[in-house]
Amino acid sequence: MNLDSLLDFSSAVLRGMTPILFAALGGYLSERSGVINIALEGMMLIGSFFGVLAALSFHGSGAPWMGFLAAGVAGGIFAALYGLFVIRYRANQIVAGTAMNLLAAGLTPFFCKIVFDSTGNTPSLPLEDRFQYFPMFLSFGLAFGLHWMSRQTPMGLWISFAGENPAALATAGIRVNRLRTWAVIASGVLAGWGGASLSICLSSSFSRNMTAGRGFMALAALIFGKWRPLPAMGACLFFAISDTVQMRLQGVPVFGGQPIPVEFIQMIPYVATMLILAGWVGQSRAPKSLGLPFHQG
Amino acid sequence: MASLKIWLIRLRPIIAALLGLSLGIGITALAGESPAHVVAVLVKSALGSPYDLGMTLFYTTPLVFTGLSVAMAFQCGLFNIGAEGQLAMGALWAAVLGIVMPGLPGFVAPVFAVLACILGGAAWGAIPGWLRAKRGSHEVINTIMMNFVSAGVCSYVTLYVFRNTEGQNPETLPIAAAYQLSQFSSFGGAPVSWALILAVLVWAGCIVFLRKTRLGFQLMSVGENESAAEASGISSPKMRILAMAIAGGLAGLVGVGEVLGNAHKFKMGFSADFGFIGIAVALLARGRPEGVLPSAFLFGALHKGTADLDFETTHVTRELALILQALVILSVSADGLWDWMNRIGVKKRTGKAAS
Repeated sequence: MNLDSLLDFSSAVLRGMTPILFAALGGYLSERSGVINIALEGMMLIGSFFGVLAALSFHGSGAPWMGFLAAGVAGGIFAALYGLFVIRYRANQIVAGTAMNLLAAGLTPFFCKIVFDSTGNTPSLPLEDRFQYFPMFLSFGLAFGLHWMSRQTPMGLWISFAGENPAALATAGIRVNRLRTWAVIASGVLAGWGGASLSICLSSSFSRNMTAGRGFMALAALIFGKWRPLPAMGACLFFAISDTVQMRLQGVPVFGGQPIPVEFIQMIPYVATMLILAGWVGQSRAPKSLGLPFHQG
Repeated sequence: MASLKIWLIRLRPIIAALLGLSLGIGITALAGESPAHVVAVLVKSALGSPYDLGMTLFYTTPLVFTGLSVAMAFQCGLFNIGAEGQLAMGALWAAVLGIVMPGLPGFVAPVFAVLACILGGAAWGAIPGWLRAKRGSHEVINTIMMNFVSAGVCSYVTLYVFRNTEGQNPETLPIAAAYQLSQFSSFGGAPVSWALILAVLVWAGCIVFLRKTRLGFQLMSVGENESAAEASGISSPKMRILAMAIAGGLAGLVGVGEVLGNAHKFKMGFSADFGFIGIAVALLARGRPEGVLPSAFLFGALHKGTADLDFETTHVTRELALILQALVILSVSADGLWDWMNRIGVKKRTGKAAS
């Protein structure tokens, strides 16, 4: 492997890990505060559509920035709806999360049909309306920022208390459910950015169901990274490497002219997550009050 | 008054579902479509002709199985988000059996294939059950992960082992004729097969198992109160593994209608999120197998009804089904939405006491 192809490979890996890193960091905020978030997939999908929609409407005048802004806002609003149901109305978080994923999968083509008269795709963004590297650097910066926050700020402490021992936090005068709501909204903003980096950075348009399970892969990375930002970033890197290798090997004949079945490489992230969760390879422990609604007395 | 309140609580899922449905149909007005027209299209397309009714029943069949799958796991206190992966494994095993053993005589072949569906799904479901019971890792995460692993395995077997090189789409070779179930002729060509009858029988079987047998009672008691169950000598790890195996086997039965009754081969991605809609089906049935049959019919009708929206309306497409399903799940699952109902009850009671 020469230097050029190595550079090319690393750039593909780093860009490829951006969407799942954003979503995993979003998942970090929500799950650390005690709210299960399997709706990351749907939040990403919403972000990827509204990112493109805004970037197309602001053609030539800061289009990618407006796209990113819109993706964050849309993801945040969508997450606020999720928060409303699971925190205020105490809907089961797994059930409501599944519903949010279905809702996003239905709403994005619904809006796409209204705006562009097509359920499949949006028109393509011209190159100058897209990001090259900004989302990647932002996501890396956020990972370190959240790491710092979790260690050095009261907010970081509150968030982990909300997930571990919400009653103690309430005793200290912090409103647990309000904190959780903001954590969930922030997770929607980040997941929305993850979706937008997919649609306005890695590709040039929105297509139906384009996140294709990346939200769940982000969830896997979060668990693989023991519900902590920097290890989760490492997990995203590992998953992105296996994904890039898998894509490069597709259809490449080895072993006597037979192509490698890349399916087994595709499975690695999921199998690895199950192994670590079972405690066979390292150990990963969920926040104690994850998934339990908190009744403010 | 009390009995009225109990009835209100029992009817809650139905009221909530109607609320969700009307909200979902209401938003079609956003797209410039008349909601009344959308409803008319939905009803006509789901029930308008023997063929339409047949298609609705064809979609109802897998939803009965996945709805039961989620409900049975739920009765043991477990969340099965993995029906999607389990149903694919069941269908794959049946297809592989039908390809590998074409010589099986006609009267045993379908029976073996049904068993293959059950075993394929049950094996896939038992793994997260075992992981939960023995390693304490949460079944929700494991079943989600297993869905992706299942997709990978199915893709490998379909593309590399039994690929049908004549087909345009990724699919396996056809199964032998002896395995194929005949379709009923009264539905104008809709692929309604014995799988529908099987679904009703399995539904009844689940209820009898859960409510009338010792094992079913043990399974439920682990779901109700684990420590009480343990104290009376019931092994909760065993029950968890059993419940997830049952859930997987039920999901695997989706393969009967699809592989034996319809496609006669395994097609990649044949399931239109049946595993996830199964969660909605079970939820509307309040997590109990009894209500799964009508609930599956409702969602089957929605699935078929929305399919015609693509060409019967100008702005609304079949994706409306996903929106409707999501809104039904959200409104049914939101306990807090009903607080006002309890508050009214309390007010009435305290009011009476005061006077």
